[in-house]
Amino acid sequence: MLSFENVGLRYGVGPETLRDVTFDIAPRSFQFLTGPSGAGKTTLMRLIIMALRPTRGLINIFGRDSATLDKDEITETRRQIGVVFQDFRLLDHLSLYENVALPLRVLGREEASYRSEVTELLRWVGLGERKHALPSVLSGGEKQRASIARALISQPKLLLADEPTGNVDPTLARRILRLFVELHKSGTAVVIATHDLSLMDQYDAARRLVLADGRLHIFE
Amino acid sequence: MSPLSFASDLLARARGAGQPELTGEEDGLAPSSPLVPTDSVAGRSLVIVIAIMTFLAAIAAAAALLVAEASVEWRAEASSEASVQLRPTAGRDIEADLRKAADILQQTPGVREAQIYTKAESEDLLAPWLGQGLDLSELPTPRMIVVKLDPKRRPDLAALRSELADATPNAVLDDHHIFLERLGDMARAVVAVSVMIFFLIVGAMGIAVASATRAAVATNREIVEVLHIVGAADTFIAREFQRRFLALGLRGALIGGGAAIVFLFLARMLTRSWRATAGGEQMEAMFGDFSIGLEGFIVILLLAGGIALLTGYLSQAIVFRHLRRLG
Repeated sequence: MLSFENVGLRYGVGPETLRDVTFDIAPRSFQFLTGPSGAGKTTLMRLIIMALRPTRGLINIFGRDSATLDKDEITETRRQIGVVFQDFRLLDHLSLYENVALPLRVLGREEASYRSEVTELLRWVGLGERKHALPSVLSGGEKQRASIARALISQPKLLLADEPTGNVDPTLARRILRLFVELHKSGTAVVIATHDLSLMDQYDAARRLVLADGRLHIFE
Repeated sequence: MSPLSFASDLLARARGAGQPELTGEEDGLAPSSPLVPTDSVAGRSLVIVIAIMTFLAAIAAAAALLVAEASVEWRAEASSEASVQLRPTAGRDIEADLRKAADILQQTPGVREAQIYTKAESEDLLAPWLGQGLDLSELPTPRMIVVKLDPKRRPDLAALRSELADATPNAVLDDHHIFLERLGDMARAVVAVSVMIFFLIVGAMGIAVASATRAAVATNREIVEVLHIVGAADTFIAREFQRRFLALGLRGALIGGGAAIVFLFLARMLTRSWRATAGGEQMEAMFGDFSIGLEGFIVILLLAGGIALLTGYLSQAIVFRHLRRLG
């Protein structure tokens, strides 16, 4: 589904942030991506969603070399990836409901066709009563949950979550992890970037990708 | 499995894993908000700029229409009149020449009326140049015959001129063609200037919209990035910007077009109330009675609609080009 071969990335003329990164993400797999702050977890995720281009190496995504994809193909590819950002990236002028429905709306779907599913997902992440609220009035944890719901709503083939439990309490963190596990069981490959060791300990079946000093180490 | 049944299934299984629901659900959802925010200071400023530009463009278009219509009236009026001027000449009886010329004119097909101006009336015509109260009785003042022509069956003026010259050598027939030509030139010049002003205004507005669009893209950079990441195509994003600018353009164009209609209506009322004054007469001579009629109002409404569409189209094209360049 996704493979990196000797991928390197440097910003400007500085040192390489990522060096010779090589790994595969198989369909229906589950992995935690971890490492110290500044190790390049977010950068790695930005490379996967093609928001950055590597300085060197090959990224193959859904069977295609990412360097050869044109704009429309990149759009098509991104539609198969759900992303939970560390800084949430919710649109402040849209209600929570509209934010969560965004991936379906950009596909041109009629609002009536997804209303109940979006409402249900929001309710499940504990935001059923806040669906009309704007992100500016929500806590960090609420924004986090809305961001997760947005990433899940279109049933992505690959889910990338950057510190998805960083702003929620342990109980809710367990529930969110359970949702990711169920998503994985239903066929989605999941990559969760996290510092939270207790979260990783809750799901031993997951592969661990550890980034340190710009290099990636894999623990099966 | 569709995404929707997927979500239901996923949630059911997650619940089955022992996770309780946290909250209830509210009924009723608001209609979808625009993805690009419409209500901003820059948006309001653009509405004002478009309103002013539409107002000016509508006034320029109305002025062109009014002058074009008025010039048709002036020319129709002037072409249905002619005059014969007789200069006093030594050895000739000017009164006899006047009668002879008038007889010839009245017998000419296409001449409706030939009215001899009395000596006093002819002298009155000179008053604007020579001043009031002068005794002109000793001066050899020319005399006039005012001729009304049938505009549908104009006489052969060359033949008439020759016949008059044979009968009264001191008679000069003036069919106002030089005046008419100048009048036509002036009207065409006014219309051309109005059209030029109209296009300049539309061009300036296009530049204002282009710069507002670029500013909007820069301001909403984060929104564009999120839309890209959730899988929005460039065409979708450009269409969202187009929707926003079409709405702003429509608002501005309707305000400007409405203000122009109110302005023209008030101008018409004022010219009617000033009609008795010299200034009012001159305004009326130039622009008619400021009545642009139904046709004119339709032109203004079409203009407002065109400006709104132009605003939407321009913004869409600029955003699309910008997004492609980003790619």
